[in-house]
Amino acid sequence: MINLPLFVIIPFGVAFFIPMVSRKIKWVPDVLGNLTTFILLLLSLMTLNQEHVYHIGGWKPPFGIVLVLDGLSCLLLIIINLISFMATLFSIEYIEKRFTSKLRYYSLFLLMVGGMNGTVLSGDLFNLFVFMEIASIASYALVGFGCEASELEASFKYLVMGNVASLFVLYGVALLYGKTGSLNIADVARILKEIPSDNLVNFAFVLLIGGFMVKSALVPFHAWLPDAHPSAPAPISAMLSGVVIKALGVYVICRLIFNLFGFNHLISQTLIYLGVISMIVGVCLALLQSDLKRLLAYHSISQIGYVFVGIGIGTPLGILGGLFHLFNHSLFKSLLFLDSGSIEYQTGTRDLNKMGLLYKKMPITSFSTLFASLSISGIPPFNGFWSKLIIILAAIKSGKSIIALWAVIGSILTLSSFTKVLRYSIYGKGEKWEKEKWEKLKEVPDTMVVPLIILSLLCLFTGLLIIGGTEGIFASTIDVLEGSVLKYINKVLGS
Amino acid sequence: MIYYLCFVLFLIGLYGVTCKKNVVKIILGLWIMEYSVNLFLILLGYRKNGIAPILKKGDDIVEFAQKAVDPLPQAMVLTSIVIGLGVLALMVTVAIRLYQRYGTFDITEMKKLKG
Repeated sequence: MINLPLFVIIPFGVAFFIPMVSRKIKWVPDVLGNLTTFILLLLSLMTLNQEHVYHIGGWKPPFGIVLVLDGLSCLLLIIINLISFMATLFSIEYIEKRFTSKLRYYSLFLLMVGGMNGTVLSGDLFNLFVFMEIASIASYALVGFGCEASELEASFKYLVMGNVASLFVLYGVALLYGKTGSLNIADVARILKEIPSDNLVNFAFVLLIGGFMVKSALVPFHAWLPDAHPSAPAPISAMLSGVVIKALGVYVICRLIFNLFGFNHLISQTLIYLGVISMIVGVCLALLQSDLKRLLAYHSISQIGYVFVGIGIGTPLGILGGLFHLFNHSLFKSLLFLDSGSIEYQTGTRDLNKMGLLYKKMPITSFSTLFASLSISGIPPFNGFWSKLIIILAAIKSGKSIIALWAVIGSILTLSSFTKVLRYSIYGKGEKWEKEKWEKLKEVPDTMVVPLIILSLLCLFTGLLIIGGTEGIFASTIDVLEGSVLKYINKVLGS
Repeated sequence: MIYYLCFVLFLIGLYGVTCKKNVVKIILGLWIMEYSVNLFLILLGYRKNGIAPILKKGDDIVEFAQKAVDPLPQAMVLTSIVIGLGVLALMVTVAIRLYQRYGTFDITEMKKLKG
């Protein structure tokens, strides 16, 4: 049995240990950072198919703080730690060349990872807020890490919107505490079931969900994302897009809706419509971009829309599709951002018009970009195809054919947008392509190539995870959400 | 009633964040929001003529429970004040750096990112 606090203690401990020891010795941050994320990855793989409730300090709930490991947290833990290991591996060379202070970078990075691990494990509302704030503050600082004018501007925008969202969440938590007198999610759910629902609870619900929707960048709340993601260093963009918006946004919304307030028709409708809107708006805005990273950022919005449609449908098949797409999106979107990072590393530009014919000079980067592009636009046999297929099937099965049609349209638009990327950067030439610059290009260093290869192989083969459908590998995850409020209460409170 | 006033304070802060164009005023707006939430939390635990929630030897537990204030919101407010301080420090740092880069605090003139 794994000691759950390790997921929080290890990254926080190393985060504060790095600046202490590595002022003089240059290689320490690299080694410590990569070692930590690797150990966390191994630990998170060991949690597979386990369920555990840890009482901090031995205090029984509802009085003490609990850490809850179940199918959903386990899925998110694996995503967070896998992507963070890939990102740290990528950062070794990338940060060396483009930025100065490595030890601060790794410190903030590990704080962000620890905060997210805490968020997905926490079974306590206020604790969840605290961990979310730790992860958010670290990511605000990392977005503005380069201290250029545009990066600071993006960081400030993200800071203001993220902080308003956090305060909404805190207000919601305070209202719920005032109503129920408890902070434990399971205990609050138990009390809410006993008392009739009134306006105060609904108001708290709206505040909480609104706050977390800002974090997950659904369309009416998406304004910070297209600025923040391109401005961050590439590994951080991969983390932000692949993990942060999921761990702090989608995961918490799932947990609150399915395990705290209970799922109903109105919530389902809201999630589906917001999902469809962000799916279409995100991809349409992406079509207009010529900055590679900005284009990818808009695609994040669109793909998060798919996840919300899947979850909003609410049937086991829909939830399977949503969660599987969440997993796949974290793989291919972080791969795309790392690719954009290695292109930027060599060519020094993010403008698609200035790139061209990269497949001759950077074969591995080009191949992994191709894999990820095919995956995100839903071409079989890549993983993105299977998850989109399941979402569309679930929509048709529950009688929402129009939603399915929109999902198909979104997928086609995604494909056209990525055709543009491949055409301008890799297999064709942009308008301002310069031959002299192109002649000097070469493939990125080895430590940057390894994560690209691993992630592209994962993109190719994780489609196989779907074998067995709702009874397969995601069964325990779906069980958490399907099992409604009561099951969660029984598990955590142990009655 | 006083809870509604708290919410009004929260809305004043939100107005400051959304309608003001000066970076410093936006930060002040966020700070007002932060305070209103803290105030709300601490009011949840308030009790008229309450005593500090420390159980001494020989106190009657039932009587103590009726008189003592709720300690949990106080712990929460402490945590949230510390978090708020962290965010404020980061925001002010970013604002100073922004002023160095743009030479102004007006957000309508900071528009390098578009599209």
